[in-house]
Amino acid sequence: MASLIEEDIMTDDGEFVINIGPQHPSTHGVLHLKVWLDGETVKKVEPHLGYIHRSIEKMCENLSYRQYIFSTSRMDYLSAHINNQACCLAVEKGLEVEVPDRAKVIRTILAELTRLASHALWWGCMGLDLGAVTPFFYAFREREMINDIMEESCGARLTQNFMVPGGLMADVHPNFVAKTKELVKMFRQNLPEYDQLLTGNVIFRQRTEGVGILTKEDAISWGCSGAVARASGVSCDIRKHYPYDAYDRVQFKEIISTGCDSWARYLVRIEEMKESFSIIEQLIDNIPEGDIVAKTKNVIKLPKGEFMAKVETARGELDVLLVSDGAANPYRCKFRSPNFSNLSALGHMAKGAKIGDLVAMMATLDLVIPDVDR
Amino acid sequence: MSREELQAAITAALSDRAEPRGDEPGTALITFDEGGQFLNGNVARENIVPVMKKLRDELGFNYLFCLTCVDWKTHFTMMYHLRNLDTRDELVIKSKIEDVNNPAIDTVSNLWQTANFHEREVYDLFGVKFYNHPDLRRIFLDEQWPGYPLRKNYEDPNMIEL
Repeated sequence: MASLIEEDIMTDDGEFVINIGPQHPSTHGVLHLKVWLDGETVKKVEPHLGYIHRSIEKMCENLSYRQYIFSTSRMDYLSAHINNQACCLAVEKGLEVEVPDRAKVIRTILAELTRLASHALWWGCMGLDLGAVTPFFYAFREREMINDIMEESCGARLTQNFMVPGGLMADVHPNFVAKTKELVKMFRQNLPEYDQLLTGNVIFRQRTEGVGILTKEDAISWGCSGAVARASGVSCDIRKHYPYDAYDRVQFKEIISTGCDSWARYLVRIEEMKESFSIIEQLIDNIPEGDIVAKTKNVIKLPKGEFMAKVETARGELDVLLVSDGAANPYRCKFRSPNFSNLSALGHMAKGAKIGDLVAMMATLDLVIPDVDR
Repeated sequence: MSREELQAAITAALSDRAEPRGDEPGTALITFDEGGQFLNGNVARENIVPVMKKLRDELGFNYLFCLTCVDWKTHFTMMYHLRNLDTRDELVIKSKIEDVNNPAIDTVSNLWQTANFHEREVYDLFGVKFYNHPDLRRIFLDEQWPGYPLRKNYEDPNMIEL
């Protein structure tokens, strides 16, 4: 966190220093950007973090392997399911337990629903950041439906905590299949509206095309992942390259663009939603019968060693690293969050851009600040 | 590449031309651990930058996706998770820091920009100093924060024992 002793608001070179945030609507949370400006042109951006640092990694050292999963729903709260999934996969790797097929498939469907909800919210906020208020309400129409499905099966709308080591906490609601099918059908029908509202909008395109260039080399060097890296031509979809749960039994395309700008990042996410529809449709009719959770001991103890699981959240690659010394709680627990690395590239992308475009760039990074700070 | 092939390739690339600083000539720059989920390579603290540079430039490990530290009470272990984005091979490089009072290691942020933020995080929470880091400040906590929270001997003055 920055010490808030203000420097001169004007440097010797005549550059203004302004603070955006930590309470600014366009930063989607408590992100504080210190921006050096020459007129309208951004000279330097310095993200200041830590306003919502809860030291989840330290807390996890005192939690058992069943408990630590729940604290991760509060990291990237828009991908809560996927965060939980990563934690479960890491524990399962240590226990070498085989997850039942039914649990695997349901987990994958839930992860894709989460991705859809997250991308829908991102799309609405993206419009909002650029001054279009209407898209937000359209996006929330679909998002509400997904949240209702979650609520019915998992009991919560945002921080679901439905996954446990070995499978799922409970079976899904009897309505789950029908409702999910209905959602996918409706979402597919409504997606053209998204295109009409933003994708084809001239103002929107002019504000995103050619803005916030991140080359492939830079994306790799800055450790970007997810849609941000894929829009720069880096093939990095964890679901494709290191399949987990049921991703090895579905067909889907990895969306890669070489546009490298904000527009490309926008398009990649829109196309990803269509792939998520397809993944859900392939699985929803073929949920195998059987157990929902593998038998594990009440008190889980992992053998000595290091266990890492990686998943593709809605924002990119999340790695959970557990260092175990054989006890019932992790000796060290590290979350490599996608937003942390993606955000670090912002200063590089924004150099030389106009201040108005900075907001557009932040929108396409799809930042969730609790995930950055952890 | 299988694990054995990868290990052989790395050993070959790191043996002949490398000039270990201060070590006896002929000492291997890298030793490997048995077992584990990834291929684990141990590198001496002094050699971390030349080894990482070779891994990046000659063996194609171009993506540093995780950088962290573990406090083992008697020493710190820096962990670098590397990935080759073409072959999808993964590798963990570990480096031991013996000095627990003043831990320090060379920065790799001139090889990977992402290391800048990750090293600041390790500095903030473990107090490991990184030589030649361009901007070594605390990233989450206040500059005046006493102690380094992720160290095992950290005591929070405000903690209430239940």
